[in-house]
Amino acid sequence: MANMLTAIAKGLGTTLRVMFKPKATLEYPEVKKPRSQRFRGRHELRIYENGLEMCVGCELCQVACPAHAITVIAAENDPNNPRSPGERYGYKYQVDLLRCIFCGYCEEACPTECLHLTQEFELAAFSREALVYQKEQLLARAPSHFKVPENVYPPYTGRKVLVAE
Amino acid sequence: MSLADLWAQHWFRAFVTGSLVLVFALGNFYITLWLERKESAWIQNRLGPMRAGPQGLLQVLADLFKLLQKEDIVPRNVDRILFLIAPFVAHIPALLIFLVVPFGPNLVVADYDIGIIMIAAVTSYAVIATFIAGWGSNNKYSLLGAMRGAAQMISYEVTLVMSVIGVAMMAGSLKLSDIVLAQAERGVLGWYLFPQFIGFIVYLIASLAELNRAPFDLMEAESELVAGYHTEYSGFRFAIFLLVEYVHMIAWSAIAATLFLGGWVGPTPADIPVIGPRLFGWMTGPVWDNIWGFCWFLFKTYLLIFIVIWIRWTFPRVRIDQLMDLGWKFLLPVSLFNIFLTGVMKYGWNVLAESGSPLRWLFWLWR
Repeated sequence: MANMLTAIAKGLGTTLRVMFKPKATLEYPEVKKPRSQRFRGRHELRIYENGLEMCVGCELCQVACPAHAITVIAAENDPNNPRSPGERYGYKYQVDLLRCIFCGYCEEACPTECLHLTQEFELAAFSREALVYQKEQLLARAPSHFKVPENVYPPYTGRKVLVAE
Repeated sequence: MSLADLWAQHWFRAFVTGSLVLVFALGNFYITLWLERKESAWIQNRLGPMRAGPQGLLQVLADLFKLLQKEDIVPRNVDRILFLIAPFVAHIPALLIFLVVPFGPNLVVADYDIGIIMIAAVTSYAVIATFIAGWGSNNKYSLLGAMRGAAQMISYEVTLVMSVIGVAMMAGSLKLSDIVLAQAERGVLGWYLFPQFIGFIVYLIASLAELNRAPFDLMEAESELVAGYHTEYSGFRFAIFLLVEYVHMIAWSAIAATLFLGGWVGPTPADIPVIGPRLFGWMTGPVWDNIWGFCWFLFKTYLLIFIVIWIRWTFPRVRIDQLMDLGWKFLLPVSLFNIFLTGVMKYGWNVLAESGSPLRWLFWLWR
């Protein structure tokens, strides 16, 4: 009898305590759950602090990709108006997010630290085509803190590329 | 014809007061349903409805509109007439209880001398509605639910009335407004909750069983009976069953507030010791008394509604044999003991009140 009553009181006490505790629910579109530092979301191509693209069109990410989600077609830089420091730049850069398994191998393969995976995870779309991200969608809007390295070939002077012949 | 003349007409007064009771029941149904959703969410560490309106206040409206838009399905093999009228039959006893509840000093629709008996009579009528729904649905789950409901409600009605008899003995009246006035005469916190504590607990448990709410919701036990007596109902007929459940809950809480918590009795701002009469002195008079009384009544009613919801979301459902054991073998003897105790203590106070014996303070609570 006394046992029963203490059990009832204990149960009511527990629910009353929970009633005033902070709630576990997050109101999703407004409040997002914090992701881990190393979360692997959508791809992004960084740009140098002076606005040049970091991607040099080496296609290593394409080779590293186990799901064949990345397609890179490189092109020669115009010496007078270079898109990136170095010989070539990524003329065409596609990531098929429907194929991508977000393993992060492309990020590891990238020699210039250009390609990286962001925290963005809301990747829904209404068509398959819309989920094949093009280079314009992948390029970062804001310049990163990376500076153009000094030992690139052909050497980069800041204004135009010298062709050493 | 002036308004006062019209008010003197019985039909007009009945129409107006009846409409006000309907409005009160429906408005509080809305708030109670919202409160149930929020409180259940809080207990489960959730937020509850947040999108429809501020704090999800419009969620109930949205749900009801959804139910009203649905097709009114009448299955082929039901007993058509019984199936169709059951929700409305269920609706009547829930609303009739409000007739005798005093909302304020003068706010009572029909102040019957036999108020408590009227309540007991009207609420046993709810069993019939449940059984009509269960039988008319022609479904084994519905019938099982209705059978259980009938057994449960009839057994707990005995206990319920027994637990209220103590209050009637204390007040010496069955009239609800007299009971409230008797509590008012006993001074601050002279509520019958204290001398009739056993009665109050028994009333609370028995009314949970009478309302078919968890932990005694065997009538609609989802895990066993799909939805019990309203398995076959959908759309607005289901909505009316929902409405009935909550109006019933409000009605029982209102009666409990009246009988045990002093109904509309409570201090007003004018009763604040020093500054009260000076600042709030103008807030007195018959109209203001009714307003403050109504506020106190609502507050006490919602306190009980809160407790009922709290209990529902805390305890698991009991088994049917446990339910019957609790009702017949425990609560009924306890309520009979309460009647005995009340009689003895009241007699003791009557005998010893005049004497100077210090023993009389033992009986003081039952004065």
